[in-house]
Amino acid sequence: MSNAAPKLEIRPEAAPAPMLAVNNIEVVYNDVILVLRGLSLNVPEGKIVALLGSNGAGKSTTLKAISGLLKTEDGEITRGDVTFLGERLNGIEPDKIVRRGIFQVMEGRRIISDMTVLENLRLGAFTRKDNGVKDDIERVYGYFPRLKERTGLAGYLSGGEQQMLAIGRAMMARPKLILMDEPSMGLSPLMVKEVFSIIKQLNQDLGVTILLVEQNARVALSVADFGYIMEQGKIVLDGTAAQLADNEDVKEFYLGQGGGEERKSFKNLKSFKRRKRWL
Amino acid sequence: MTFQLFIQLCINGLIIGTLYGVVGMCFVLIYKASQVVNFAQGEFLLIGAWTCWWLLTYWQIPFVWGFLISLAFMMLFGLALQMLVLRPLIGEPVISVIMVTIGLSIFFQALMKWMFGTFAQPFPPIFAVSKVDIFGLQVQSAYLMSTGVSVLIMAGFAWFFKYSKIGLAMRATAFNQQVAQSLGISVRQMFALSWGISAAVSAVAGVVVGIVNGVSSALSFFGIKVFPAVILGGLDSVFGAVVGGLIIGLLENIAHYFDSQFLHWGNLYEIVPFYVLIIILMIKPYGLFGTRDIERV
Repeated sequence: MSNAAPKLEIRPEAAPAPMLAVNNIEVVYNDVILVLRGLSLNVPEGKIVALLGSNGAGKSTTLKAISGLLKTEDGEITRGDVTFLGERLNGIEPDKIVRRGIFQVMEGRRIISDMTVLENLRLGAFTRKDNGVKDDIERVYGYFPRLKERTGLAGYLSGGEQQMLAIGRAMMARPKLILMDEPSMGLSPLMVKEVFSIIKQLNQDLGVTILLVEQNARVALSVADFGYIMEQGKIVLDGTAAQLADNEDVKEFYLGQGGGEERKSFKNLKSFKRRKRWL
Repeated sequence: MTFQLFIQLCINGLIIGTLYGVVGMCFVLIYKASQVVNFAQGEFLLIGAWTCWWLLTYWQIPFVWGFLISLAFMMLFGLALQMLVLRPLIGEPVISVIMVTIGLSIFFQALMKWMFGTFAQPFPPIFAVSKVDIFGLQVQSAYLMSTGVSVLIMAGFAWFFKYSKIGLAMRATAFNQQVAQSLGISVRQMFALSWGISAAVSAVAGVVVGIVNGVSSALSFFGIKVFPAVILGGLDSVFGAVVGGLIIGLLENIAHYFDSQFLHWGNLYEIVPFYVLIIILMIKPYGLFGTRDIERV
């Protein structure tokens, strides 16, 4: 190697490296149950990415593989890697991953029901050492004014309020990336709308990147920039949210807009075949 | 005269009860944070008291320093015990963990006997007057100090779990370990810390009792006496441990009064807490303030 010529680095890819890159991971529970089979996805900084799929596809497992919570459920990434801001996350303890800026809002809210709203929010900021916690609590109350009125235990909040608290608690950690697992679960349609508009607002106001797992594909694609669709532990389709919302198969399988009434039975047969092709 | 004796015994009961309450809180702290039923709780008192006694008699250092050094040592001791012995047992069956704590209890009792002998050793005099006269009642200065210290500790616990970041994190860990980890809390650190705090605070009780009765292996009996208290209060309630401790302390002394005045059966004092334990387990097994669905051993 000569050191005379100045090096000119040419990057093959024009786009900057994504904030989070999941590269071909395989996840096994209890050493035997293979849940993810070579899953890859990218989350660019500042965007909302939706991960859609049916029950048991492995969506929650994907999030837990990223946040490290897989460890608490006896799961393990056996192949591939998860890279966040250029650093490999495989095998790191979940609490250290939170310190690196990834915060997971788990499925079913998982707020601490025997603590007050304020205590829950303060715990969200557990990893922080700065003095801005008080201001951030006020900021959360700004987004969710009704939380401020609830002074009792968090367990007595309604489902929607608990979801708000879970999102507020995530905001308290000032994460770079929030992983949200089914924020619409168990909420009324009106509440789902409200929660998702807040998710969009958070992304725009604070620039926080969000990876969103949802069953409700319609509402998820309405706020997301990009989407991935997974089936049986693999990504089967991806694209911008608009592309996915326009895709015939997605419309039929996930948005409930498949063909006309009279063709139903015949169509079902065909769609079954078509769906099989995906897997 | 008998009435005065009754009052005197009630006061004694409350004083002893606050100590039971403090040790009970330590027991509950470990149980809540790391789901370990610690049968070696009494040995924390014993080791703490012997450490303090050793510092005071061999090194002749002032009581305050000896006391503080003992607490610091016990904190480290608790941390080390959790990290070296209990941490590898995470995920093992409850019964194995219980057997280990019973083993630890026997081991440390034997170790203390081997190091310091089997005879009770008196503490060097610490207070100028050994007894204080309060409204005509004789109260040992050490007990007065113990009540003061106990109330301080209880207030400290209340503050710690309500307002401090670490205290909240410990409560979160007790609530659900996965949730705690998702918030960035290191569950391992919380486990170790709960053992450290528990050992140090138990040692306070150990030193206080040691000052009054002398230091001997009888101190570890406190760890057994605490069981009726925490089960009465509810195995997973810190507040319940305090109430349970006070009730057991009072009951003991009232039983002593009736025994000495009327029944003359002898030694009712020692046994009553355990009768209470059996009755509670029959009629209200989750205790006064405990969660109904907690797993029992």
